[in-house]
Amino acid sequence: MARITASVYTSHVPAIGAALDLGKSQEAYWEPVFKGYEFAKQWEKEQKPDVVFLVFNDHATAFSLEMIPTFAIGTAAEYAPADEGWGPRPVPKVIGHPKLAAHIAQSVIQDDFDLTIVNKMDVDHGLTVPLSLVFGQVDAWPCPIIPFAVNVVQYPVPSGRRCFMLGKAIRKAIETFDEPLNVQIWGTGGMSHQLQGPRAGLINREWDNAFLDRLINDPDALSRLPHIDYVREAGSEGIELVMWLIARGAMNDTDGGKKPTVRHRFYHVPASNTAVGHLILENN
Amino acid sequence: MSLDKPYMDVPGTTIFDADKSREGYHLNQFCMSLMKAENRARFKANERAYLDEWPMSEEQKQAVLNRDLNRCIELGGNIYFLAKIGATDGKSFQQMAGSMTGMTEEAYREMMVKGGRPVEGNRYTEEKK
Repeated sequence: MARITASVYTSHVPAIGAALDLGKSQEAYWEPVFKGYEFAKQWEKEQKPDVVFLVFNDHATAFSLEMIPTFAIGTAAEYAPADEGWGPRPVPKVIGHPKLAAHIAQSVIQDDFDLTIVNKMDVDHGLTVPLSLVFGQVDAWPCPIIPFAVNVVQYPVPSGRRCFMLGKAIRKAIETFDEPLNVQIWGTGGMSHQLQGPRAGLINREWDNAFLDRLINDPDALSRLPHIDYVREAGSEGIELVMWLIARGAMNDTDGGKKPTVRHRFYHVPASNTAVGHLILENN
Repeated sequence: MSLDKPYMDVPGTTIFDADKSREGYHLNQFCMSLMKAENRARFKANERAYLDEWPMSEEQKQAVLNRDLNRCIELGGNIYFLAKIGATDGKSFQQMAGSMTGMTEEAYREMMVKGGRPVEGNRYTEEKK
């Protein structure tokens, strides 16, 4: 049977991708950011996941206002890095896992989560920046990826609670897949940031770190936090953090299992307009 | 019955909800069109003529021509869509975000390096008065 071995959480700031692609990762501004991901790169070489289930959001790239799916699972064989206005990032194409993705769609929809099924989608920095941060600059991504897009652009976005419960349903789906796969689930976006209006540039270090503490120790209670708290405390774009609750909900301890081990935790301000957070939890 | 919108009293912040999305539909879809190189070229060649191809309000068109992102947001624009105008102009996301704060580019960048805008005094509109 397939199983989720670990969850990885990371911000997906576009400027991080640009810094990598333009060879600026050694600059004083960026060095501390990339240093925070050295552990993940080494750890992934040991973990050798068979599949990554990657929760992210599209930023008006694949989805315009023509269609706004709340939860969309990618069931395609492959996905091209998107041209977001300055040419596609020079990163490998993303290979999917249609068989597992279709299985998860079947199971999760039967579990009352109405997913949108996507068979054609270009993937933007929301998906490719986490891959670059965690796997490094490689010629091919080391494993297939299942992209899972969440609407966090147009309100109302799904609640933290809904995301957390969805994570549980995804875990159940993966554990009923009849192949011995080592699956990781990643939650991306955040941490505190606001990109619009006179309040742009908002960062809340204290709140972000409390969020990390609660995500580790009490995700059930954290999942009940209303949207307005994210907006007020972590900025209008800080709402992306609800996506971390999908990955957290998929860990064993949310369903009677043992608490996960914290393998790595990192926090840094700033990357462009954003606070960068990164966490690795291993199932026990 | 009115809808629950608890986010109306956050200072300097407009939440892009279903109502805003309805108001800004054509403005945002115009922005989306700038994802294509040929459309960027046509827009740059004659901004007014390109905008006139879209059923946007005159206020929306003027806000785009003036690159007034705060006004664009007021009129239903969303920052991830408006970012396509910035990309067309060769602006970074930080330059765009900074342009909405009334700060110079250098001052905004400096604020971010020093840890960003503090949340104290920035939670409720009444705190700003």
